[in-house]
Amino acid sequence: MIAKLGSSSIAFLQELSSLVGVVRETLSETMERVAARRAPFSMAHFFYQCHRVGAGSVPMVILLSVFVGLTMALLTGYQLQIFGIVTLVPAVVSVSFTREMGPLFTGIVLASRIGAAYTAELGAMTAGGEVDAIEGMGIGAHRYLLVPRLLSIFLLTPCLAVISVVSGMAGAAFISSVMLHLSYGFFLDQVMANLLTKDILAGVVKSFLFGGIIGVIACYKGLAVRGGAVGVGSATTSSVVTAISAVIACDSLCNIFMVVLFP
Amino acid sequence: MSKPAKNLVEMRGVKLVFAGKVVLESVDFTLPAREVLVIMGLSGSGKSTLLGILMGLLKPDSGSVLFDSQEVTKLSRSKLNAVRKRIGMVYQNAALISSMNVGENIALPLTELSDKSGDEIASIVDQKLELVGLADARTKLPSELSGGMQKRVSLARALALDPDLVLFDEPSAGLDPINSKIINDLIIHLRDEQKVASIVVTHEMESAFAVATRMAFLHEGKMILEGTPDTFKNSDNPDVIAFLSSYSAHLQTKE
Repeated sequence: MIAKLGSSSIAFLQELSSLVGVVRETLSETMERVAARRAPFSMAHFFYQCHRVGAGSVPMVILLSVFVGLTMALLTGYQLQIFGIVTLVPAVVSVSFTREMGPLFTGIVLASRIGAAYTAELGAMTAGGEVDAIEGMGIGAHRYLLVPRLLSIFLLTPCLAVISVVSGMAGAAFISSVMLHLSYGFFLDQVMANLLTKDILAGVVKSFLFGGIIGVIACYKGLAVRGGAVGVGSATTSSVVTAISAVIACDSLCNIFMVVLFP
Repeated sequence: MSKPAKNLVEMRGVKLVFAGKVVLESVDFTLPAREVLVIMGLSGSGKSTLLGILMGLLKPDSGSVLFDSQEVTKLSRSKLNAVRKRIGMVYQNAALISSMNVGENIALPLTELSDKSGDEIASIVDQKLELVGLADARTKLPSELSGGMQKRVSLARALALDPDLVLFDEPSAGLDPINSKIINDLIIHLRDEQKVASIVVTHEMESAFAVATRMAFLHEGKMILEGTPDTFKNSDNPDVIAFLSSYSAHLQTKE
């Protein structure tokens, strides 16, 4: 049992060290490129990735968030009705969606949709020798392949989280109006009165972190693929599971950190 | 382009161990500029690994790898990338970027590593496609091409930056005789017309004797013979004789 725990810990630390190695390699290749006064990445690639991560994920983020906001308002409302404080629903939903649910659901959508895609395509390129070919040309495979992907997911996760928050609150406002008899005007007033700047900042900061974590894990898993099609399949599964777990763990740590430091 | 040294490539005492298994053991060879060295050997003898070491993709456990008098194993990444710019590689599986069309594949090293304008790059791409006889394939995806065509595109990409050395990893493997001859003719064209040095890794004798000016035989991780094609034909080394006899038997069957 202890031996198994020990070997799992060693494997985890080795994996973590390789992941840090990929990030360090990417940063150092990019810095060298900048020092040589050349563009660190292709703008066309960057915008293509932004389109996939951003515009491509909007429908899924809106759909999920509307339903989650709607369910959350409904269940909270029925519980609060017992105590006669159903008017607290807008405050509860807006604060929890802004600080927690918006960034978390965006992270989960991106880990499954974009993280899986990043791992699968980089994995297929690794297995097909394309990554080695790019490296062999002297282009710098980490910089060329990873920077547009990492930058786009890092920058666009907060934007998608904002969309998620707005959609979630729209769903909550709709169900509050239909089932809990709270008008849209009252809902909006309560949101404005209860939502603080620190709630918004907490959500945005977490979103940046989630984007970075998903991107790094997905790219690392793709570049570490061994063993052809089967390897690509298992790397993609592992990428999604690891990224979602890491996002949830990071979310908990952020919450503890924020509650302790900014009560 | 800097003036190449007399010996463009020099490997001395190269040893590589993979997971406890000795893949290469004390490998020595030289490649003078403008010559074509064919490295032969059985499958799994470490031929392709040698190319990986020369490109700096694999690091040997010991030994020296010189390219134009620069020790490849000790170069910083930026200097290694500068060396890689002077070496083109044609991979066994072509290794074209599957999401890019043929023109974009050939343009990739030019857009990333040169200061040429879009028009200049387009003209070089056309010129290289013309050279490999695929002028009308510019907008096709690699998946729309046959194996032989993919290898020719891979060669066009390898030549995009006008390298001093081109490495061919099993250029005729899996190709029909006509496509195999096209590739051989391109290697000969590079050697005779463009004066580009090449290292060709193959176990196909017909291709080897057609293109080589020098030959080397790798057996169980050791370079057991290096010389001209005539040295090989007259060799009394039993491993070389066994390897070449299969080729002679094949020729006799054809006659």
